[in-house]
Amino acid sequence: MYLQMAWRNIWRNPRRTIIILLAIIIGVWNMIFLGALTRGMEAGMIKNGISTLTGNIQIHHKDYRTDPVVENSMADPGAMEAAIERILPRGARWAGRVRVNAIASNARNSSGVTLVGIDPEREAQVSFIGQAVEQGRYLMPKDMYGIVVGKTLLDKFGTKIGHKLVLMSQDMDREISSRAFRIVGVYRAEMAATEKEFVFVTLPAAQQMLKIDKGISEISIILPDQQDNRRTASALKDEFFDDTYEINTWRELLPILNAYLKLSDGFMLIWYLVVFIAMGFGIVNTTLMAVFERMREFGLLKALGMKPWWIIREVLLESVLLLLMGMAIGNILSFLSISALSGSGIDLSSLAAGAEYVGISRILYPAIYVRDVVIANLVVFVLGLVVSTYPAAKAGRFTPVEALAHT
Amino acid sequence: MHIVECVDINKTYHQGKVEVLALKGVSLAFEKGSFVALAGPSGSGKTTLLNIIGGLDLADSGRVVVDGNAFDKMNRSQRADLRLNKVGFVFQSYNLIPVLSALENVEFVMLLQGLPPAERRKRAKDILDEVGLEDMYDRRPAELSGGQQQRVAVARAIVSNPSIVLADEPTANLDSSTGKGLLEIMKQMNEKKNVTFIFSTHDNMVMDYADRVIYLRDGMVADDRVKR
Ligand SMILES: Nc1ncnc2c1ncn2[C@@H]1O[C@H](COP(=O)(O)OP(=O)(O)O)[C@@H](O)[C@H]1O
Ligand SMILES: [Mg+2]
Repeated sequence: MYLQMAWRNIWRNPRRTIIILLAIIIGVWNMIFLGALTRGMEAGMIKNGISTLTGNIQIHHKDYRTDPVVENSMADPGAMEAAIERILPRGARWAGRVRVNAIASNARNSSGVTLVGIDPEREAQVSFIGQAVEQGRYLMPKDMYGIVVGKTLLDKFGTKIGHKLVLMSQDMDREISSRAFRIVGVYRAEMAATEKEFVFVTLPAAQQMLKIDKGISEISIILPDQQDNRRTASALKDEFFDDTYEINTWRELLPILNAYLKLSDGFMLIWYLVVFIAMGFGIVNTTLMAVFERMREFGLLKALGMKPWWIIREVLLESVLLLLMGMAIGNILSFLSISALSGSGIDLSSLAAGAEYVGISRILYPAIYVRDVVIANLVVFVLGLVVSTYPAAKAGRFTPVEALAHT
Repeated sequence: MHIVECVDINKTYHQGKVEVLALKGVSLAFEKGSFVALAGPSGSGKTTLLNIIGGLDLADSGRVVVDGNAFDKMNRSQRADLRLNKVGFVFQSYNLIPVLSALENVEFVMLLQGLPPAERRKRAKDILDEVGLEDMYDRRPAELSGGQQQRVAVARAIVSNPSIVLADEPTANLDSSTGKGLLEIMKQMNEKKNVTFIFSTHDNMVMDYADRVIYLRDGMVADDRVKR
């Protein structure tokens, strides 16, 4: 009957109830929906960042990151590779690469690029390049002279598939070594900058050109679960405590992205706070108004023998009902709006020119996490309940004589 | 033994700097099962006295004992319990909880007392039948006439067999024939259940129903007449 009473009291003034409900619905929806968009953007950025070439974890010669020259490659990665096979969790994938600065040139143009020597089969499991070739073909394991370039570079050079491209770089003997490759494939990437920067040849071709025998510049690891990053990295570090290698997670490898993600979390928090304050005020004011209008009634309840605590409980029960209703509608609305967008995503192409710099994908897919939804609901519920205690306590404090004299 | 005893009750209201002496040394005793009218002009202290007897308000000095319980020695929560279990109230107006039906309003007190639903329901229906509202169980207060509302209030006041029922000008908002009807029902309940009724009024017709009339004037007992 208390529940019935609370329910009926809620609908005594439908307009007011709808105002409170709206505040709650907007609060919940805002948190879940905007949260999902932000998460989606973050996930896209991480995915781009990781799958471009970074991976979850990278291993280098200890000096490579400060001076990425061919001398700082890992001359004999055999032991390391064996250890990786042993340590990595199930489902993890890895690939070794040669990665050096080079100059690409044809008859008309030349440009600084990053030459990446890959094991075509392994690499396809680790980075975007396996699926990115749009014209021509991907590299074959035995391709000694094939090269895959980005569309933007291709256009810039005014060349096409089948034409030659000469790469120049410093080899192990500090000599300039050059090699003519034939363009076999053209890839597209999320970002034009990527297409302009990276050219791909096979690992043996790169090793031969740079005279580094079995040496590689880096090993990139993709983990099935983002949560494993730090654990796996430290397991690898324990294995190679002698400092020959440097082992980094993507957060260390992409400091700008990492900083941006932290900033984004901060912004989200501030935005939530603003919405909550608005929602909180809405609830407090409206509930307070309702309580004062019912002053006589609370006096009557007290005269009948209800204790202050019971009255507080009754008012809070009304708030709980409103909160649950608002949360239910807010959640449904959030899921509807998110699922409406998750099919095609939001096309940011028109903004892409600017967005690209920070690594935002062309198409934004909202990402919904159970944890975020639970937190959103919990926060709204707890906050709603907390702000309701003030009007509830007011209702509990009316003395019967005063309240009954009040008309 | 008396069901209610007031000894030397004083009550002063402070309104800013002005002091209003609402009750000056009122001493009264009420027999169990009596049907007592508090009469007197407006401002004579009737409401104040009823509030103090019912434990809604505290006297500045003096003693009130209801069915052996002295209000002045109790805290708020104990007074609430005593009101819940020993005192029934009927006010002049706005007696009922607007969102509850007549039946639920009567049940409500028993709900607070923790009675099981089936028993609550049965007793509420019985008492509504007794006050002549057998067709009105599901009506909300807004759908009842003033007289019917007051009868629901009387039903609620007596349903859990309190020691006393206090009614502050219960007929003031009713026309005289409806008021008469209400008085008759109150009198009936008083006789049938031997519940003590103390009600205030300034209507001579209402006083005729009482078996004792206490006249208040300026916060003092001016006359105390037992009839029969
Ligand atoms: N809350 C209050 N504050 C100040 N004065 C009051 C208050 N309640 C009653 N009084 C005064 O106390 C006196 C008695 O009032 P009351 O008991 O209401 O009389 P009655 O019910 O007989 O009309 C009156 O003079 C009234 O003005
Ligand atoms: Mg009065």
